[in-house]
Formats: sequence, structure tokens, C-alpha cells
Amino acid sequence: MLAVNDVHVYYGTIAALRGVTVKVDEGEVVAVIGRNGAGKTTLIKAIMGLVNVVKGSVVFDGEDITGLPPWERAKLGLGYVPEGRRLFPYLTVEENLIVGAHNARSREEIKKRLEEVYSLFPRLRERRGQLARTLSGGEAQMLAIARSLMARPKLILMDEPSQGLAPIVVDEIFNKIMELKREGHSILLVEQNVKKALEVADRVYLLETGKIVIELPVEEAKNHPVIREVYLGAKQRYK
Amino acid sequence: MPISTGYAATLLTVIAAYGIAALGLNITMGRAGQVNLGQAAFVGVGAMASAIATVRYSLSFWEAIIIAALASFLAGAALGVVSIRLREDFLAITTIGFNFIVVYVFLYYKFFGGSYGIIGIPKPTLLGMRITGFAYTIMSWTILLLLAALALYIDKTWLGLAFEALRDNEEVAESVGIDVRKYKILAFAIGAMYGGVAGSILAHFKGYIVYSDFAFPYSIMILSMSIVGGMDTIVGAIVGSAMIILLPEIFRPLMEYRMIMYTAIIVLMLYFKPEGLLGRESKWLISLRRILRAWSGGIRGD
Repeated sequence: MLAVNDVHVYYGTIAALRGVTVKVDEGEVVAVIGRNGAGKTTLIKAIMGLVNVVKGSVVFDGEDITGLPPWERAKLGLGYVPEGRRLFPYLTVEENLIVGAHNARSREEIKKRLEEVYSLFPRLRERRGQLARTLSGGEAQMLAIARSLMARPKLILMDEPSQGLAPIVVDEIFNKIMELKREGHSILLVEQNVKKALEVADRVYLLETGKIVIELPVEEAKNHPVIREVYLGAKQRYK
Repeated sequence: MPISTGYAATLLTVIAAYGIAALGLNITMGRAGQVNLGQAAFVGVGAMASAIATVRYSLSFWEAIIIAALASFLAGAALGVVSIRLREDFLAITTIGFNFIVVYVFLYYKFFGGSYGIIGIPKPTLLGMRITGFAYTIMSWTILLLLAALALYIDKTWLGLAFEALRDNEEVAESVGIDVRKYKILAFAIGAMYGGVAGSILAHFKGYIVYSDFAFPYSIMILSMSIVGGMDTIVGAIVGSAMIILLPEIFRPLMEYRMIMYTAIIVLMLYFKPEGLLGRESKWLISLRRILRAWSGGIRGD
């Protein structure tokens, strides 16, 4: 469904991604984990078309989208949940959602989709008339996810959904992601919270300083020594 | 009576015209978040188009005002195309430059009357009657209200939502499927169209226009109307226009130091009340709304 092939991205002369190859199949939840500055956000932005890919290609649904502007990619079925739950602060919750429904053809269609996301996120229904900037962190993250669902995307790109949220709220968000997974959504998740990411993912990539260093199914990833010790903080035993 | 009806009619007409121009700026800047420091240029394009259409081609005012709207819409779209790749201060400088270019084109091309301007711009007629004096004022306010209704309508549509999304976060807007190029061009074009209609009203009211009527200081004047009234509301533009037009009348002795006054007003407003007197989140507007709702029994009811 999505194939990121040997993608290179530079910020000025500094390489942020140095030949990254990532694949997502239909119905799969794939997690890209890694530290701050590893290039996780850059990878998502490269897929969405928000940064310039110098070398390599991004193929979505069999179509090379490397040169397309972000809105064309959204129209092809890429959903984007930006880092730091960036909403449209001066639009209401419902307006944020409606903006997300760029490919809905009629008012009825928009209403139908609103009902769907409200039943998934009942809290948003309560807050529908409020300006988005008045939401709590968890609510804002839910709105960001719900907004991406409004376009019925084929693949959802999530950038650090746990960022800056209290642990209990993080649990809540990941329960929702799990729910989306059960509904059959394909998700590419980029996370620093490795423990949480491994709970929902089918496959895991480890990104370090702009390169994929490990690619494993989730069960194997949980037992991989580097991931266990460095990222999950399992106790090391020195002999 | 110290205030003659002619004087009142003049002030009210000018307030309506600049109210329309400020309303346009509120769409481009307040709604869509695209900086435009050259709104007077579009007022000029509309005024010139209207003047030339009536004086040189003997068209009626009603045809001319449509031509003015179209001409300024296209001029706005052209600036919009240029602005696609620009943001913030670079965009601001470009729009100022655009204002200067338009003014110099008016000055150096005979077609636009050069330094003498265009004289003898006729008053509109309706059913064989010339619209002058207070009737002209009523006509201006009718057009203002129609365009305010259009602005309100835009707010309720997808276009309005897309503008606000663009203003709030361009990067996210484009990644949720909004073609930001299209909406930037439209934001400039629609805002410019309002400026053009304002120009047409001013041109036919005064009867003559000259390039200097549309110079950069007038852009700042329109900007200060928007800022004083509130950039994100419709009523803000109109109230802002009234205040900025009336203040110099009160402080007439200031003469050409008015620019200092506009600047001082902008700085003070941005410091103390950045949302404007009647901006969306200003307490004044909220209480005004409450009063109106109590009156009307809450038609809006949210």
C-alpha cells in the first residue's frame, strides 16, 4: 500500500533521512520508533509531502507520489495526524472536523461522517461548539485523529500521538488506536513511547540518526536485545 | 445646525466606501491570514476601471461597478499568484511594492489620466434620476450591506472554512487536503474585489480621481480601520472605517500629520487590544451580541 524507497531528506546540508525504506501493507499497523531527532517526524513529513525528498521515492497505492503537493496526497487517501496535535485553534471542534472532510460530496455525507467520529469519540460531540484551542491535550489529540478520519483515509500517518500527554491520557489514546486497528484501518505510527507503540503495532522499524537499523515483526521486536535494553528500559545483566 | 446634511452625507458615503475596502481586507487578512498592505491599490484599480468605463466608453455606473469588481478581482488574483511562494514579511513587502507599482502605472500612463487624473466621472442614474447627495449615501450603504451579507455567506461555506484553516495553520491545512494555492489566490481576489467596489463608489462620488488617491498611506489607513474595528468580524470593518474617517474630522488641525495618528492608533491597538474593538473575542462584541440576541429572541441560538 505504502512504499518508501531509499528516501533522503536534507535540512540545508544536514541529512535528516539517509536512505530510509519503509513499507506498510493494507490493514497493517506499523510503528517507527526511535529517539528524539532520529528523523521520525521528517519521515512522516516526507510521506505527506511537507519536506522535499532529495533522493528516493514514495509510492502509495501503486502511484509514485514523490512530487505531489500535500493536498493531492490527501486526496489519494493519506490521512495525517500532525505532531503536537496541531489543530485549527480558532475553528470550533466541529469545524475542524468538517475541514478534514475535504472529499465529502454532500452535506449528508459530512453529517454521516461526523456521526461516525462522534460515536468513536463521544467527548468531541460534547465539545463540538467549542473553539479547538480550549480543548485539553487528550481531547485535542482525539480531535486531530478524528479530523484525519473525516476524509476516510486509506492510510493514517500518526506523528507522536503520545507527545506531551499524561500517562493515563496516553493509554486512552492508544486504546482508540487499537480500536481503529480492529476496524481494519492501516496506520503508520511514529512514536517515542516504544512500549505503547509495541502494544498496537504489527511490525516495527527502529530509526536511528536517519537510518532504519532494525525491521522486525512486533513479537520479535519485543525480544530484540537493543530494543529491550535501550528503548524498553529492561534491566541489563552484566556478567 | 453646525453639521450640514451635505457634510453628513459625504462622511457617511466615505465611511461606507472605506468600510467595504476594510471588509475586503478582513477577508484577505482576517479570514485567510494573508498579509495585504496594498489594499489601496485595488481601490485604485476599481476606481480607474469604473472611471474609464463611464468617461471614455460611456457605460452606465451599474455596468462600471461590475467592471470595477471584475478588474480588481483579477488584479487581486494576479497578486495572489505572485504571493503563493511568499509568507509573512516577504509577502507584506511584496504587497507594498504592488501598491507603488499600481500608483506609478496610473501616473505614467496617459490612459489613466497621468498626473491630472480623470475628471467628469458621472453620477449614477436610476430610473432616469441622478443619484446624488443623500441618495448616494443610501446607495453606498446598500452596497455595503450586500457585500457584508456576501462576506457572511462566505463564512458559512466551505470557502470560509478553508480560509480560516489556511490562516490557522497552513501546513496542516494543505495536509488535510486543502489546495492552499487556490485559496490564497481566492483570498486576495475576493478581498481585492471589495476594494475595487469601494473605489468605484468613491470615484463616482467625488467625480474625479488621481493616482495619488490610491497611494500607500491609504493602504495604511484601510489597515488601521481593520485593526481598530477588529480583523475577524464584519461589523469590525464598518466600525473601524467610521472611527478612522471621523477621528481626523475631529482632529482636523492635525492636517498632514494624520499619518502619525494612524500609526499611533495601530501601535496602541496592537499593544492594548490586538483583536480590535469588535474582534471575534472582544468583550464588546460578545456583549453586543448578547444584547442583539435578547432583542431578537435569539435567532442564531447556538
